[in-house]
Amino acid sequence: MNPLVTPDIGLVFWTTVSFAVLLLLLAKFAWKPIMAALNERERFIEDSITRAEAAKEEMARLTSENDALLKRARAERDLILQEAKKVKDQIVGEAKESAQKEGARMIELARIEINNQKAIAMADVKNQVASLSLEIAEKVLRKQFEDQNQQDELVADLLKEVKL
Amino acid sequence: MYNSSILKSKIFTLLRICAVFLTLAAFSTSAFSQEEHAEGTGEKFETSKVVLEHIADSHSLHIIGHTHLPLPVIVYTSKGLEMFSSAKFADEAGGHEEEGIYHGSNYNYKLVNDKVKIVNNAGEIDEAATSGLYDFSITKNVVSMWMSVILLLIIFISVSSSYKKRAGKAPKGLQAFVEPLIVFVRDDIARPNIGYKHQRFMPLLLTVFFFIWINNLIGLVPFFPGGANLTGNIAVTLVLSVITLIVVNLNGNKHYWSHIFIPADVPVWIWPLWWVIELVGIISKPFALMIRLFANITAGHIIVLSLISLIFVFQSFAIAPVSIAFVVFMDVLELLVAALQAFIFTLLTALFIGTAIEEHHH
Repeated sequence: MNPLVTPDIGLVFWTTVSFAVLLLLLAKFAWKPIMAALNERERFIEDSITRAEAAKEEMARLTSENDALLKRARAERDLILQEAKKVKDQIVGEAKESAQKEGARMIELARIEINNQKAIAMADVKNQVASLSLEIAEKVLRKQFEDQNQQDELVADLLKEVKL
Repeated sequence: MYNSSILKSKIFTLLRICAVFLTLAAFSTSAFSQEEHAEGTGEKFETSKVVLEHIADSHSLHIIGHTHLPLPVIVYTSKGLEMFSSAKFADEAGGHEEEGIYHGSNYNYKLVNDKVKIVNNAGEIDEAATSGLYDFSITKNVVSMWMSVILLLIIFISVSSSYKKRAGKAPKGLQAFVEPLIVFVRDDIARPNIGYKHQRFMPLLLTVFFFIWINNLIGLVPFFPGGANLTGNIAVTLVLSVITLIVVNLNGNKHYWSHIFIPADVPVWIWPLWWVIELVGIISKPFALMIRLFANITAGHIIVLSLISLIFVFQSFAIAPVSIAFVVFMDVLELLVAALQAFIFTLLTALFIGTAIEEHHH
């Protein structure tokens, strides 16, 4: 047989021994720790990805929650503002009304007071006019009745008028 | 900006790789020429002899030029174990190992075509005694294999320790280079073929993959630490495929064996024929693995060696640039084949294991 395709017993023996030793040593000192480390790292990466995914979901949830919260807060704020505006309008309206009322009341009081004062003044004027008239009348009468004849005439007139 | 710098570094790496290959090719030619010069002068250059010699195993390690490192010869014969240096062959022949006879304590030994033979006192091969000779020598291939084993141990134990040191961190350096390969073996070879039980076979698959790959690569280096044709040696591929055969059949589950021995849909009278066919199937699968790896790597080496031999066939330096250009091309191709064959061997091993442990739900 061609020596090329005739296995030598020696090389078969040494290959078997060498390969067996290599396999044992590598399996114990290389493949086992390396495969363990690789698996460990893969598990770690997978875990990390899962956790990152969960964190992302949680984040999205929180964000949407925040959004909802914000929307609600905004709505509440709008409501509060609206209410405040209403209250303000009401207060302003009430104040206006009461001010008007008060003004009207005060004007009324002033008018009454003015009328009172006017009445008092008029009464005073009337008194003065009456007393002045009396004085004038007294003076006129005094002038007229300085003459005895006239006094008599008057008495006569008056007596004529008196019809018995 | 960033992309362009990546591109530049890629081009630079490519240039570096090309440079390395050119050097390797040139080097292999020079080493080859130094070696062949003595044999080549005067006599006709025998390409096939030279090529086959380079592919075959050897009892000495060629370092550089005419320097050879003798290796221990260990032979077991009917009279017992004997150990001596391969330099002893050369010592007694005044420098040429091929011609020398070593007078051992049990027999006289001689190297014929780099195989140890028992010879009688006249120097003729004693076929009867030689048939009882088992050669357990530490040959060139064994040394090369041990170097690869040490290299693999250094690489992967250091990588494994960097996993411990840098626990939980991103891979770095050698670890970063090796990790994708390990993950590739796991995710693209083991997992799709074996399924969820792949974890148990990972050590075997990883060892087979890196053992074949690194030995394919070392085989491509034409000078000293390389130069052996380990994965292109039928003995090595035989052992690897027998390991596959054993692992596959030891792990075969009930369904696997029942399919072989009591095929449900087959008439009983065909069963004996069925058993023969299944047995052939069991053997032929790893047999194909053995031949595929052996043939691919050996063919690559033969082509590279033949291309370089062209220079000596034409006996002209003018052919050298052409030779080297083709050798560079072949070396780059072989680089791909080195990884591809390691991948295929591992993939098919995983596939066979997968079919043996596959669970069927009826």
